Amino acid sequence: MSVVEASPTHPETLGPSPRRSVGSFLRDNEIDTRMVGMIVVLLVIWVGFHFLSGGTFITPRNLWNLSVQTSSIAIMASGMVLVIVSRNIDLSVGSMVGTVGMVMAMLQVEWLPALMGRGNSWIWVATLAVGLALGAAIGALQGSIIAYIGVPSFIVTLGGLLVWRGFAWLTASGRTIAPMDASFQLLGGGARGSLGDTGSWILGGIACVGIVALLVMGRRRRRKFGFRLRPTWLDVVLGFLGCAVVLAAVWVMNSYYLPENLARAYAEANAIPWPEGGLQVPYGIAYPVLILLGVTLVMAFVANRLRFGRYVFSIGGNPEAANLAGIKTKRTIVKTFMVMGILVAVSAAVSIARLNAAVSGLGTLNELYVIAAAVIGGTSLAGGIGTIPGAILGALVMQSLQSGMVLIGVGAPVQDVALGVVLVTAVAIDTIYRRRAAR
Amino acid sequence: MTTTPPGGRTPLVEMRDMNVSFGGVHAVEDVSIDLNAGEILGLVGGNGAGKSTLVKTLAGAQKADSGEIYIDGKLATIATPRDAKAYGIETIYQTLALADNQDAPSNMFLGRELMTRWGTLDDSAMEDATRKIMGRLNPKFQNFKTPVSSLSGGQRQSVAIARAVHFNARILIMDEPTAALGPAETEQVRQLMRQLKSEGIGIIMISHDIHDVFDLADRISVMLQGRLVGTVNRGDVTMDEVLAMIIIGKLPEDVTTTELEQLHG
Repeated sequence: MSVVEASPTHPETLGPSPRRSVGSFLRDNEIDTRMVGMIVVLLVIWVGFHFLSGGTFITPRNLWNLSVQTSSIAIMASGMVLVIVSRNIDLSVGSMVGTVGMVMAMLQVEWLPALMGRGNSWIWVATLAVGLALGAAIGALQGSIIAYIGVPSFIVTLGGLLVWRGFAWLTASGRTIAPMDASFQLLGGGARGSLGDTGSWILGGIACVGIVALLVMGRRRRRKFGFRLRPTWLDVVLGFLGCAVVLAAVWVMNSYYLPENLARAYAEANAIPWPEGGLQVPYGIAYPVLILLGVTLVMAFVANRLRFGRYVFSIGGNPEAANLAGIKTKRTIVKTFMVMGILVAVSAAVSIARLNAAVSGLGTLNELYVIAAAVIGGTSLAGGIGTIPGAILGALVMQSLQSGMVLIGVGAPVQDVALGVVLVTAVAIDTIYRRRAAR
Repeated sequence: MTTTPPGGRTPLVEMRDMNVSFGGVHAVEDVSIDLNAGEILGLVGGNGAGKSTLVKTLAGAQKADSGEIYIDGKLATIATPRDAKAYGIETIYQTLALADNQDAPSNMFLGRELMTRWGTLDDSAMEDATRKIMGRLNPKFQNFKTPVSSLSGGQRQSVAIARAVHFNARILIMDEPTAALGPAETEQVRQLMRQLKSEGIGIIMISHDIHDVFDLADRISVMLQGRLVGTVNRGDVTMDEVLAMIIIGKLPEDVTTTELEQLHG
């Protein structure tokens, strides 16, 4: 999802405005100023920690780890946006990660091998399918109680927070389940769970083509209806910037090399003679990050381009109006919780694959991080406002702060204090910004 | 006093013996009204007379406890707003019923979005259609990309009216259509109502403004405390007589001179 929203404007609506501030210029050309602000904040955080940590933050190793660590929260944050936009909340996601993660672990370690035979290469597929279905089912159950019985989502999911944490323990009587299926482990990233350099470059190339195609298609559509076009130079700059960011990200991911013992194993597996001075095998983009990118694209598409997404936003804006417009509001609410449940399952899969184990405490406090990511990313708890890319950025901001504080040796209690302060400050700034924008 | 539809045609809408109650309170009690094509029916009454509740049953926004609705003489089942729209009934609510966080085109097509052949929202087509209809209704309207929450009362009203008009309504319900408007915009809405009427659309207009009603309506139905006082032809009555119906609940022929004098205090 690009920062730029492709949406048409008419010639007479936007003449050059008398006050030529940067903000009004961006707004005139339909560039989300909020998102630009968040990117600036993120860069400030990165540069700040880079200096404070003596140059260890903006390194391939740290950024690669950051990308993987962000994934599991960010995946869920994209779903939380829809839930919060529709004036609901889901406090149960952390516990759902526990239950769904535990069930998926049991499936691949104990239940399915007994059924399909140990080492069956379909085990990871079956595990994932059951996990996704379970997530959707839990979401449907909670969503139905909220929509059809009318119990507030806060209460239903607060109950869920307890219930699913309990089930996470009951599923395996509190045991730690490990190790995961060999193929399933790849979902968590790591040496084998990454795309490698060639694959990453190809993906980066495809992304660049996609960015250019989106810009060109946007222009074509505007021209078709005779709406105002963005200045050509600006579209060129945007396209150039987008591709530069993508390729830079790929370059960073490809600049992080396997440690020597893994590289040796890699060389042996591929019958490459061990060279003098070591072999540099790039990680490339990790699979969980790929999953996150896929989830982001799909969720942004759902939110902006599908009826369902528009209905979610309309319900958040004015539930009564949505109802009077003939929208099936209850069904829509249930669907948002089902989507949330599916994303919880995806996130749980990434988490247990990364840990290579499932414990009954898996996902504890995740609900708070997920909600915080969505809110820092501009989702309004009053409903009706929020963006998917914003929530992903929100998750990245939070994880950057956390990783940065670890790097400079800040203890866990102080980290919590800092994150809490940042959350409230971000929302305070946002509230003031919105109030001024409304005037 | 009864009224007969001009030319004895089948009325476009006939609501018979409608009843709605909320926990023992009869909001609408045995009310029957009818509406003809190309006619404006003024529905008047004090606060809590049951006007809005009555039209909501026609719009599918409120379930009636009993009563029958006939469209073109045929029994109609209207349980949801969707059903009402299928019968060509469009409603402009007093609250406007707009999703404030969405822009004008999204609101125009709320629940009836235009889709591309890929099954995705066709925002450009929706904006284009909105520009066209706004060009006709309110040429000064230019905020097609901002959330309607940032628009003025008149502009918001334009969006609500445009939405009702765009989908070829045959029956239009307007609940206080000019309450939020300035004089110029009010005149615009009146002009539009006359035009729609001449196109053969039947309009039920709820209004507090007795002048508005006398200016526009062909017939006037008066409600008091959930009951229909009566329906009169505008040409047959004076404003005072309608006021007497609204306040005392008596038809012109039953009102005494003393009561009329009391009315003027």
